Amino acid sequence: MEKAVEEIFQDKIDKEIRIEPRDWMPEKYRQTLIRQISQHAHSEIVGMLPEGNWITRAPNLRRKAILLAKVQDEAGHGLYLYSAAETLGISRDEMYEQLHSGKAKYSSIFNYPTLSWADIGAIGWLVDGAAIMNQVPLCRNSFGPYARAMVRVCKEESFHQRQGFEILLTLSRGTEAQRDMAQDALNRWWWPSVMMFGPKDDESQNTIQSMRWKIKRFTNDELRQKFVDICAEQVKILGLTIPDKDLVWNEATNHYDFGAINWDEFWEVVKGNGPCNKERLDTRKKAWEEGAWVREAATAYAEKRKKNSH
Amino acid sequence: MKNYLVDYTLHLADNALILGHRNSEWCGHGPVLEQDMAISNIALDCIGQARNFYQYAAQLSGNGATEDSLAYLRDAVDFKNSLLVELPNGDWGQTVLRQFFFSGYQYFLYGALQKSTDPQLAAIAEKALKEVTYHLRWSSEWVIRLGDGTAESKERMLHALEILWPYTEELFQPAGYELAAFSEGYGVNLAGIRTDWDEKIRSVFHEATLTLPNETGMQFGGKEGKHTEYLDKLLDEMQGLQRMYPGAEW
Repeated sequence: MEKAVEEIFQDKIDKEIRIEPRDWMPEKYRQTLIRQISQHAHSEIVGMLPEGNWITRAPNLRRKAILLAKVQDEAGHGLYLYSAAETLGISRDEMYEQLHSGKAKYSSIFNYPTLSWADIGAIGWLVDGAAIMNQVPLCRNSFGPYARAMVRVCKEESFHQRQGFEILLTLSRGTEAQRDMAQDALNRWWWPSVMMFGPKDDESQNTIQSMRWKIKRFTNDELRQKFVDICAEQVKILGLTIPDKDLVWNEATNHYDFGAINWDEFWEVVKGNGPCNKERLDTRKKAWEEGAWVREAATAYAEKRKKNSH
Repeated sequence: MKNYLVDYTLHLADNALILGHRNSEWCGHGPVLEQDMAISNIALDCIGQARNFYQYAAQLSGNGATEDSLAYLRDAVDFKNSLLVELPNGDWGQTVLRQFFFSGYQYFLYGALQKSTDPQLAAIAEKALKEVTYHLRWSSEWVIRLGDGTAESKERMLHALEILWPYTEELFQPAGYELAAFSEGYGVNLAGIRTDWDEKIRSVFHEATLTLPNETGMQFGGKEGKHTEYLDKLLDEMQGLQRMYPGAEW
């Protein structure tokens, strides 16, 4: 019996029929999706912090408004994604609890600090650029609510990426100090961005099953290569230098070769030892704890209203 | 003759910018994700209003002034915002109460400003009024919810009230340029909107089961450039890059 439903399930996936919340699904499929979608939602919420750091310091009113709108978009993305995960039978509060306890992860990229205004450009160009690379295929994810959430997310992400590139372009055409600022940001954000695609394919535990279930459409290394190829071209417009002396066009493969990734750093940050892991998580916990009385009051008031209307 | 229209427009711009800036400090730190978005949205509206007013003030002043030179290169003593908007956010209750007081004021102000003899001010007010109508509804609902929520939330609202109430009178105490603006026809008569504001506050407070404090010492001066210690710090942060790299394009 179990076998039969599992076959029907896989058959639907193979035929590109979307799985919806009420459909039968293997427990592991459900758990994988909860893990991935909640991790993605947490990344949006934690990701508000490094950029939010510059809202009050944005250098002009136009930039201030754009950055604020952008960070607010991330909150919206978090909301779509939490809602998508809730259809799998987990509540938003449970997901927060997992984030705060350290059980659930979020993208390690947000454990790096934003040290100058140019970092806001680098995050938009590289971090959002890498995110789009990961996310566009997710619009065709086999799980309906996730796929639909991602369609909305991707529309906004491309605007984020463009505004980041435009910040760097303006800086790169500015004063010497501004060009230095832009190069410094690129130096610090490049490798962490390349690492955003996750471990190498032969070390990625979840890839094979996820590809079979069409939760994933491309491997980490495929997406990483695509990202490097695009950035290596775009950086020429900026007149900046990607901090990788091994980055070179390879006629034979039709791709850019690039240098070795520092996987020790990657795993250290994943384990919680990045420059800002503790600070980011503490900030989220603080917001949650300080908001407790507000949520309690809202609930209490809503209940009073309900009682009075009966 | 002093150009009061520029001062009046800057006063409107400064109020919107400083409140928008304060609200934007919540982005990423709100008590509920949906409300994080709401307060950020209100911040965006305020900053948008500020930009409209600054752009007009820049056009009026000439001399190469821009929205950014007005926002980023003036000192605290030149800012004409009310003290209320520069106060620190405090907790969520204090933030929503400040928003309620100020949105209530802006609601009636912009309502009247739509009839300004200055077509530009009237147009900005008309557009902004749509946004402020929502800010007022949103903040009224929060004042009611927290006032009539739990014992703790009520206590916090009373505390917030104690902090903020002394800064409300300044909204209606006209500065020189406001008197001139009214007599010249392009500005709003603050005495005329005072009653409406009082009425709104009373009705929302009634529903929130909150009582207004007895007469307390009132604070004035912001609109004439005499600010709290908080504004200078806010501007230090906000204007930092512009001040550090003069003349750079961003």
